[in-house]
Amino acid sequence: MAKKSVWSDNRFWQRSAAWITGFASVLLIWLTFDSMGQISMGTDADLQSGVTKRVPAPTVINYKITYEMDTKRGHEVPVIGEKEKFFGRDDWSEEEAASLLHLGKLGSQAKNCMNCHTLLGNGAYYAPDLTKAWLDPAWGPTGSMQAMTGKNTKEEAMAEFLQHPSTYPTHARMMPNLGITAEEAKGLVAFLKHMSSIDTNGFPRNFGRMQGAVNGK
Amino acid sequence: MANNITSESKQLATWYFTFAAIIFGAQLLFGLVAAIQYVMPGFLFEIIDFSVARMIHINALVVWMVFAMFGSVYWLLPDETGIETVGIKLGKLLFWIFAAAIVVVVLVYLLVQVGPADETTIWFINEGREYIEAPRWADFGIVVVALGFVANLFLTGMKGQRSGIVTVLMADMIAFSGLYLCGMFFTDNISMDQYWWWWVIHLWVEATWEVFVGALAAYGLITIIGAHRKVVEMWLWIEVAMLFGSGILGLGHHYFWIGTPEYWWEIGALFSALEPLPLVAMFIHVLYDWGKTQGQEMGEGHIDEDHVKSVVTNKPAFTWFVLNAFGNFLGAGIWGFFHTLPQVNLYTHGTQFTSAHGHLAFFGAYATILLGMMYLAIQGSNGIKVLKHTKASIWAVSLITSGVVGMTVALTIAGYVQVLVSRAQMGATWAAYFDGQSGMWFAQAMDWRLVMGAVTFLGFLFLIKDFLSTGKNPVHER
Repeated sequence: MAKKSVWSDNRFWQRSAAWITGFASVLLIWLTFDSMGQISMGTDADLQSGVTKRVPAPTVINYKITYEMDTKRGHEVPVIGEKEKFFGRDDWSEEEAASLLHLGKLGSQAKNCMNCHTLLGNGAYYAPDLTKAWLDPAWGPTGSMQAMTGKNTKEEAMAEFLQHPSTYPTHARMMPNLGITAEEAKGLVAFLKHMSSIDTNGFPRNFGRMQGAVNGK
Repeated sequence: MANNITSESKQLATWYFTFAAIIFGAQLLFGLVAAIQYVMPGFLFEIIDFSVARMIHINALVVWMVFAMFGSVYWLLPDETGIETVGIKLGKLLFWIFAAAIVVVVLVYLLVQVGPADETTIWFINEGREYIEAPRWADFGIVVVALGFVANLFLTGMKGQRSGIVTVLMADMIAFSGLYLCGMFFTDNISMDQYWWWWVIHLWVEATWEVFVGALAAYGLITIIGAHRKVVEMWLWIEVAMLFGSGILGLGHHYFWIGTPEYWWEIGALFSALEPLPLVAMFIHVLYDWGKTQGQEMGEGHIDEDHVKSVVTNKPAFTWFVLNAFGNFLGAGIWGFFHTLPQVNLYTHGTQFTSAHGHLAFFGAYATILLGMMYLAIQGSNGIKVLKHTKASIWAVSLITSGVVGMTVALTIAGYVQVLVSRAQMGATWAAYFDGQSGMWFAQAMDWRLVMGAVTFLGFLFLIKDFLSTGKNPVHER
């Protein structure tokens, strides 16, 4: 009788499966340690000394954020610039900013944002992506939302909209009233501003660049 | 039902299958509500909003599949191990706890919907994290139930005869249960949040669930067409190696844009591009074994083509198993590969492309084979030797399959419009989003999706009719 080939041996394949699974798992865990370090939140000191973190400190709400092309990396990155007032202040302390972000992140889950919107591109597709919503020209001085809500700043317009979304419909598909309080709205806007400062490797591409371009013109 | 079942484990399996079929219906109903809202935005506005309908749609999906998976294990354990499942009383108790918890969770989703921005909402209403929205109290319940289930499986596997299939299931189900823990914490850091969230979602549906399907397919081939165990189990080990080898690091394709470092581009692209390979292997394996056993049957004297005896002892189940082999490859493999490379995903991420892939993949990879398992249970419960197709079973399989494929095509077109108009042309803003959504191609695609969703639901009604009546049908060989 011919010698049995290893290729048709169950034990061989069982061991291969175990080794491959083990190897892939170890590699994943090792990469996870590295990623954890890279995506842990920065500190206020980082912001003050200009250290770039992929996920900046909550006090990033004290600064102006823009989304600019980085020629070296070949895509846009969030750039943290000058001080900028957020709800009338640009001196939110670490504790204040952190508790505002905490409220906003809790709110984003309690109000189930993710089952209509996408956050960092994940969620449902029934409403616009919120990754860079803070940077959306619609909320800026040239956009329509400040006039519509009767507010003079981006953050106040956003907070007003969040509290009474169906009062300010932009399309037939409206956001429902979710019982968001004034304080929760403030937290949610802080959460959105913070999210816009996260380095998402250039997603979404060309965000806000095409303002005024209609039908390719 | 269950009058021909002597095994308590199999009886418990039929409970799990029954509850799963009911929740499957709920999944389709709330899917229809959400589909109608795309076409008529005022439908149930501020009563059952899209977010609520969609949350129940995807949660019901996960829950019915987990129930059917648990049921499948309780069904096959006595056959594979040769003994009654150990701790079956506990298993039965846990079933009722699990089912009751699900009912409470859904009622709260429907009646309370959202809560204030504090921890009580996370603990008692919903966690607001796609697919694993279940509030924290239910998370702990799920962990207890899963531990009990894994204990049943391990004790039975260690006491009885431990086949290759049972060994794979033991390793797979402990990973499956353990991974759920990664989704049970709160953090203010959304990047960190999504990093671990994907450990649950991806390592379930693109790793542990796929291996589970491999084990079910192996069991199905042995029981339905009498395939050779040694060959089937060798393929199973090869599939495990390929699925985990590609799927575990394929996780990287979810880490392109959530704040995580750039190296995930290369790792995610490479390993997720390999993910379709085991699905091709599984497809070939099922068809190859079918041809081989049928060929052997013919070789043993039944050569007369007109009177060839089919080796398939459960036609509806095998139809669903073959659809699984093909649907897994097409839905998870091809539709997944479409948008898995970062260069493409930069534009397709967060569009209806994902939704198209999700519909075909969950159906092709999981719904099909689990419905096949339910047919095996119907066969066993009624003491049927050869279970044949009925008119209802053929209508069910045709309507459900064409409905889901139709929805997938419609959503793919919708995704294409979104990618070109909202993303590439208009730059991804709020206004850009609605430019895409209000386009005629997008609107038409959503109309067709609704029509095809209704077709799927009609197929479901035939399926239930068949589930309830086929056992007594005289057409089968007893």
